[in-house]
Amino acid sequence: MIGSETTPPSRRAVPHRRRLVMLLLALAVLALTLASVAIGYAPFDVPAALADLVAGRTTLPALVLWELRIPRALLGGLVGFSLGLTGAAMQGYLRNPLADPGILGISSAAALGAVLVFYSGLAASMSLALPLGGVAGAALAAALLGALAARGSGTLGLILAGIALSSLAGALTALALNLSPNPYAALEIVFWLMGSLADRSPDHVLLCLPLMAIGWILMLSTAPALDALTLSEDSAASLGIGLVSVRLRLVTGAALAVGSGVAVSGAIGFVGLVVPHLVRPLVGARPGASLWPSGLAGAILVLAADIGVRLLATRPELKLGVVTALIGAPFLIVLLLRTRGRAA
Amino acid sequence: MTLATRDLGIRLDGRTILDGIDLSLTRGMLTGLVGPNGAGKTTLLRALASLVAPVQGGVTLDGRALSALPRDERARRIAVLFQGGEIGWPISVREVVALGRLPHRRAFADPSAADGAAITRAMARADIAHLAERIATSLSSGERMRALLARALAVEAEWLLADEPVTALDPAHQLDAMTLLRAASREGTGVVAVLHDLALAARFCDRIVVLSGGRLLADGPPDAALSDGLLAHAFGVTAERGRAADGTGYLLPWARSGSGPEGGDCDRAGICVPGASPTE
Repeated sequence: MIGSETTPPSRRAVPHRRRLVMLLLALAVLALTLASVAIGYAPFDVPAALADLVAGRTTLPALVLWELRIPRALLGGLVGFSLGLTGAAMQGYLRNPLADPGILGISSAAALGAVLVFYSGLAASMSLALPLGGVAGAALAAALLGALAARGSGTLGLILAGIALSSLAGALTALALNLSPNPYAALEIVFWLMGSLADRSPDHVLLCLPLMAIGWILMLSTAPALDALTLSEDSAASLGIGLVSVRLRLVTGAALAVGSGVAVSGAIGFVGLVVPHLVRPLVGARPGASLWPSGLAGAILVLAADIGVRLLATRPELKLGVVTALIGAPFLIVLLLRTRGRAA
Repeated sequence: MTLATRDLGIRLDGRTILDGIDLSLTRGMLTGLVGPNGAGKTTLLRALASLVAPVQGGVTLDGRALSALPRDERARRIAVLFQGGEIGWPISVREVVALGRLPHRRAFADPSAADGAAITRAMARADIAHLAERIATSLSSGERMRALLARALAVEAEWLLADEPVTALDPAHQLDAMTLLRAASREGTGVVAVLHDLALAARFCDRIVVLSGGRLLADGPPDAALSDGLLAHAFGVTAERGRAADGTGYLLPWARSGSGPEGGDCDRAGICVPGASPTE
């Protein structure tokens, strides 16, 4: 809406504001990423470590920076962006403000994949076995949902399939815990499911970054379609939107972004549900306009929460998913009350 | 210049909704699509926009199969206003109307000056310019309908298909909307409107197409298409007719006639007992 001489000023104001909001959010992401690198348990001289790293000296600080601090900060941003973006895309597509990234069952499937790897003992022998298992679980779920979407199954069909997938994956995860060979393995699985970014390696970043990037592109490409869907599926179709293609892009995009996110970090709940609601007052309710800001705000939330768990001196460390749920659940209650108030 | 169906048949969930519809619509006319509930009017409208796939026959636009047209070209040439008035998010009226420009925009390009002009024009025609910055979900149902009508006008398509565009409106805005649709047809747009109000249909439309039970019962100028025999046969009503002070004829559905839908002549599938065929 920029750049035309005939455009009245009122029309230009909103996009300008949107761009300003995006810029501020992006700066906040950058600042929090740097803060996440700088903040840790042990006193740490970041400039010295960076100097070592750049100079190629394999000192302990350089190793800590490269192997622990930087991956953790990057993953926080990547996972948060994925969750926020997917949440906004799902809410926009389903025209339901209570939809979250897990609504299609992809998170549960990814968690199940990772849990099975845990259970099989592969996780101990290879550090990337766990995330790969998660990605495999998400891929399986996405293939199933994608087949449904391609067959022309409507929105309701997708939601029902998602609920079925979530329940099945949840039941199988419980089964794996039930049959766990020893209590420590079960405990480890439970802790992992709570979601955390602690002790991740650059390999984790390399594994999820390309998958997430493709997922983001697919979901961001649906922005005009999500706008058109504000009216109805029929109206969107009459405006030239290919609904089957939109469904496929969303299912695949969500699977790649959230699936690989869960695979590397475990389940981090509520971010995708909450973030679009925080963003809408700033950029407006048009679903296509809330995608980028929701991604950025998701990154901010996860980075901030992850800094929070390191600043809180609890032992053992609070799990990231626990913190986001503690913040998110009350928010959900307020949201429900407000929605009910409006309906009444 | 023509949007035509040939032997169009549509089945949904195993039920025949439309059967053997032959229809040739021309631009520059306001065509009213009428018929009792469940006659298949909405389905015909959807088929005319290629939003539902026929099991037999097909739809052509200027001689070309509509289903072979690229989606975005079809969307630029045929605008559809659906009933229901659904607006899923609290976006501004201007943003709603701007959605009508989606088929004209290259992917992710900002709206052009032409888009802006079309949006302003459409809002002015639907008399909602003063509501431009209001949140669309907070509008009254009549205002919302006009916003959605402006959305459809903003496409500036050759064809405008409207499903019950006046149902939610008060009498003044019903007259405004019908006048607007007729004016659009006079400017060369082909306007097809599903209408339930036979009085409005008879007064404003150039041509009336009557559907019943998925079949075409009558097709012609209002006086011919909405004959007493047809009204009894298709709708089960009689009508009062007369001439208004300004000289135009009017038609007013007046009483049940004891036949027609639920009256005994037509069964539930819409197959009517022959004898009083009004199409002759």
